[in-house]
Amino acid sequence: MNLDLFLQYVVAGVTYGTIYGIVAMGFNIIYNTTGIINFAQGEFVMLGGMTAVTLARVLPLPAAILVAVLVTTVVGALIEILFIRWLRHPSVLRMIVITIGLSILIREVALHIWGEGVRALPYFTGTSVTSIRLGGVYISPQVLWVVGISAVVVAILGGFFRYTLLGMQMRACAANRDAARLCGISAKNMVTLSFMLSAGIGALGGCIVSPITYVQYDSGVPLAIKGFTVAILGGLGNSAASAGAGMLLGILESFSVSVLPAAYKDVISVAILLAILFVRPSGLFGSAEVARLKEF
Amino acid sequence: MRGKIGVIIGIVAFALFLGAGVQAAEPIRVGAILAVTGGASFLGGPESRTLEMLVEDTNAKGGIDGHKVELFIMNSEGSPEKAVSFAKQLIEEKKVLAILGPSTSGETMAIKKIADDGQTILLSCAAAEVIVNPVAKWVFKTPQKDSDAVQAIFNQMGRMKITKIGLLSGNTGFGKAGKGQIEKLAPENGITIVANEVYDKASTDLTAEVTKVKAAGAEAILNWSIVPAQSIVIKNARQIGFKGPIFQSHGFGNIKYVEAAGAAAEGVIFPAGRLLVADILPVTNPQRAVLINYKRNYETRCVGEECSTFGGHAYDAFMILKAGIEKSGSTHREKVRDAIENLKGFVGTGGIFNFSPTDHNGLGIDAFELLTVKNGKFDIYNK
Repeated sequence: MNLDLFLQYVVAGVTYGTIYGIVAMGFNIIYNTTGIINFAQGEFVMLGGMTAVTLARVLPLPAAILVAVLVTTVVGALIEILFIRWLRHPSVLRMIVITIGLSILIREVALHIWGEGVRALPYFTGTSVTSIRLGGVYISPQVLWVVGISAVVVAILGGFFRYTLLGMQMRACAANRDAARLCGISAKNMVTLSFMLSAGIGALGGCIVSPITYVQYDSGVPLAIKGFTVAILGGLGNSAASAGAGMLLGILESFSVSVLPAAYKDVISVAILLAILFVRPSGLFGSAEVARLKEF
Repeated sequence: MRGKIGVIIGIVAFALFLGAGVQAAEPIRVGAILAVTGGASFLGGPESRTLEMLVEDTNAKGGIDGHKVELFIMNSEGSPEKAVSFAKQLIEEKKVLAILGPSTSGETMAIKKIADDGQTILLSCAAAEVIVNPVAKWVFKTPQKDSDAVQAIFNQMGRMKITKIGLLSGNTGFGKAGKGQIEKLAPENGITIVANEVYDKASTDLTAEVTKVKAAGAEAILNWSIVPAQSIVIKNARQIGFKGPIFQSHGFGNIKYVEAAGAAAEGVIFPAGRLLVADILPVTNPQRAVLINYKRNYETRCVGEECSTFGGHAYDAFMILKAGIEKSGSTHREKVRDAIENLKGFVGTGGIFNFSPTDHNGLGIDAFELLTVKNGKFDIYNK
C-alpha cells in the first residue's frame, strides 16, 4: 500500500470517526451529570439534520442550522423536564429502558412529520463532486468542515467545563451530587442543562454531516450504537477522550476495508466494543480506579 | 339462566356476522406486502400509493367484472421476517386471491414457497431472477429480469471497450442476486471484476470501499443496490477523483436517488423501463400511451412526487391480475392463475409481457432502455 492510498484511508476514517466522536460527546455529557446513558442520543443527531433540511427551504443555510440546533436543544430540555425530572432515585436499568423508549417515540414522530424518505443538506462549499486534492489524496471540502467544526466544539466545550461557573457547577454535580446540592447548586437544572447541551451538540453534528451522508427518520439508531462504542472506548465520562477514540474507531474501520471484505466493517466495531468491555471496561483513556467509584 | 342467554346471544351474533359477509357480488380480496418505510421505502412508498390509486379508480368504475376490490396493504419495512408473517396472515386469515409485492427480492424469496403451498397468486414487484427460476406454479414477477439488466450493461461496456470493473453491491437480496448474475455473466462478456465489495444497506460513508476499488485499477464501477446507500457510493467515488463511468442497476429508477447523489449523479448509466422517459419516447412506441397515462394519474394524485419504475411494477402487478380475472371470467384462483400464465402481448409499464408456463416473468432484454442522468433528470442514453 503506497502513501497516497494509506492517507486516503486515513481521511475516510477521520470522516466517520468525527461523527462517532460527536455522538459520543453527547453521551458523555449526560452521563457525567446524571449517570444516565441516554440511548436517544442518536435521535438528537437525526432531529438536528431533518429540522435543518426543512428550514433550509425558507432560511439561508447558516440560519437554518442555527435554528435547527436551537429547536433540538429545546426538544432535549422538554424531554428532560417531561420524562426524567420527576423520577425519584431511578435505577440505571430503569433509565436505560426509558431512554430507549424515548428514542422509539422520537423516531415515530419523525416518521410522521417527515415521511420515510432520505434528506440531505446542500454542501456548505461546492457540490457533491468537488474535492480538494492534497498530493495524491482527495478530500471533499465538507470533510474539512466536519473536522474543523468538531474541533471548535471540543475546544469550546473543554473551555466551558473548565473556566465558566456553569461548567464547573455541572462538573460538581457529576462528582458528587449531594455535595453539590449542599453548595447551593440546583442539581435539577444542571440535569436539564446537560440534556440541552447534548441535544445541541448532537444536532450540530447531524447538520454538518448530512451533506456527506443523508438523514432519514431512523438514521439515529446505528449512530447511537457506534457513538456508545466510542464513548466506552474512550472511557465513559471522558469527553475529550471520546474525540480521540472516535478517530481511532473510524480509522480502524476504514483500514479493515482494505484487508477484509467491506461487509465486515460493523463486525470490527462490535468486536472492539466487546473486547474493551471484557478486558478494560474503564476504556482506553479512563482510569480503572475512577471507574470503580462510579455507579455504572 | 345467564349462561343460556349468553349462548343464545352468541349464536345470534355469530349468525349476523356470517350473514353480513354474504353480499350481492363478493368483493375480491387482494393483499399487498410492501416496504412502505425502511431502507426500501423508495420502492414500497410509490408502490403502495399506486395500488391505492388503482383500487380507488377501479372501484369507482364498478370494480372488476362487477366485483369490488378489497385491498389489504401490509407494511413489511423491507424485512423478510415480517413479510413471512404477513404472507401467512393474508393467506390463512384473510384468504386473499392474490398477493401483490413484496417490494424486495429478499422478502419475495422468503415467501415464495409459502405462497406456492398456499395456492395464492403471488405477483412480486421484485427483480431477482431466482424468483421465477425455478418456476413455481403460483409465483410471478413484474420487474424485468436482473440477468437481462446485467447483459444490457455488459453490452454497453463492450461498446465502450471496458474490460476491468469494480463491483459494489448492497447486502440485500437484490444486491446478492445481482452480484451472482454479474459474476456468472462476466467471463463470457470479457469482463474482469478487479474488486468485489459488499456494503451494508445502512452505510453512511463508503469512501474506504471506493478507494479500494480505485486502487485495484477499475475502469468503471458497477453499483448494484436498491437502497439510498447507492447514492453515497456515487458521491464518494467522484469525491476521491474516480473519473471512469459509473453504472447502476435498474434499482436506480427513482429520481430521489439522483437527488440524494446531487451533482455526482451526472452521467450515470443504467438500464430501466421506459416509464422514466415516457414524455420523450417516440409516438410510435407501443408502451407510450400506457406510460403517459399512469405518469399523469400518479403525479396528479401524489403532488410533488415524480413517478418511478417501482410504482410501475405495482401498476403492472395489479393490471395483470385484473386482466387475468377479466380474461378467465371468474374469481376462482385456479382459473385466474391459468389466465395470467397464458397472457400474451400485455402492455405494461415495465415492457410488453408474454407469459408462458415456463416464463413467469414475461419480459426480455428489450424491455430495458439504457438511461442516463442529464442535468438532474433522467434521459435516454445515446451511444
